[in-house]
Amino acid sequence: MALSEQEIFEQVQTVLVDALGVDEDEVTPEAKLDADLGAESIDYLDIAFRLEKQFNIKIGESEMFDQSVLNDPQYVQDGVVTPAGIAELEAKMPHADLSQWKQDPQVEKLGDVFDVQMLCKFVQSKLGE
Amino acid sequence: MRWIWLDRILELERGQRCVAIKNVSAAEEVLHDHFPKTGNHPALPVMPNTLIIEGMAQTAGIMVGHARDFKEKVILAKINKATFTDAATPGTTIRHTATMLNLDDRGASCAGVVELIDSATGVAKPLAHIDLMFSHVDQNMQGIAFPEHNFVFTDQFMDLLARSGIN
Repeated sequence: MALSEQEIFEQVQTVLVDALGVDEDEVTPEAKLDADLGAESIDYLDIAFRLEKQFNIKIGESEMFDQSVLNDPQYVQDGVVTPAGIAELEAKMPHADLSQWKQDPQVEKLGDVFDVQMLCKFVQSKLGE
Repeated sequence: MRWIWLDRILELERGQRCVAIKNVSAAEEVLHDHFPKTGNHPALPVMPNTLIIEGMAQTAGIMVGHARDFKEKVILAKINKATFTDAATPGTTIRHTATMLNLDDRGASCAGVVELIDSATGVAKPLAHIDLMFSHVDQNMQGIAFPEHNFVFTDQFMDLLARSGIN
């Protein structure tokens, strides 16, 4: 039986509590993984491994958070992602809501897009595959 | 000082599990600083928990490296959990058992169980649970160049494998 949105959220919450050592009430849908929950780069791999186990899914490299665009000089100029880069990110991460970030598409601000809600949407899309 | 906190590997199952031991000896300098006699308190030499974590990191790190024929540079990236229920005193043996939870191109996560074996009785009791994450550093540090040679798995580790009878 398919999991409801609430069930997915609760299981993602458990994963984040275990991976990041945060309290359950800190893991709100709007909480940003790095700014609010203190996630560092290795934590994203930890979260991916735990989501795979929790939901019995397989998460490919860069599937959840794409790094290749940000590391490609043709898509980044002076710390800002180019329109072509934005299009590439939208194609590679359809689960991420980039609408607000696109107003000022700085590389260093992309982390603000990675919130709990986005993870839930990602899991939902993987479960639907 | 040699930075190898294992004496022998007992089992190494490719990509699955590694078991290693460390004998705790009163000849090791570090025990006497941890903890020395103070005032009315007698000395209490015990293996520092940080070094037990290092021992597990070496056990699990060998397992992760061996899974890819030591071609990756395997770096300890995160201590997910480290809980201790006892202390390792001289004359005991620490047994590290590392189990692979996940392994892919980017790195690995491992669960670790540490036991303390009483040399007088041979009885093992729980000492710690240590869960770790490793990064395959060449795969995760885009733009940062590391030396070509594998600086992680030095001769010290290869000698340990050889004397444990592991090819």
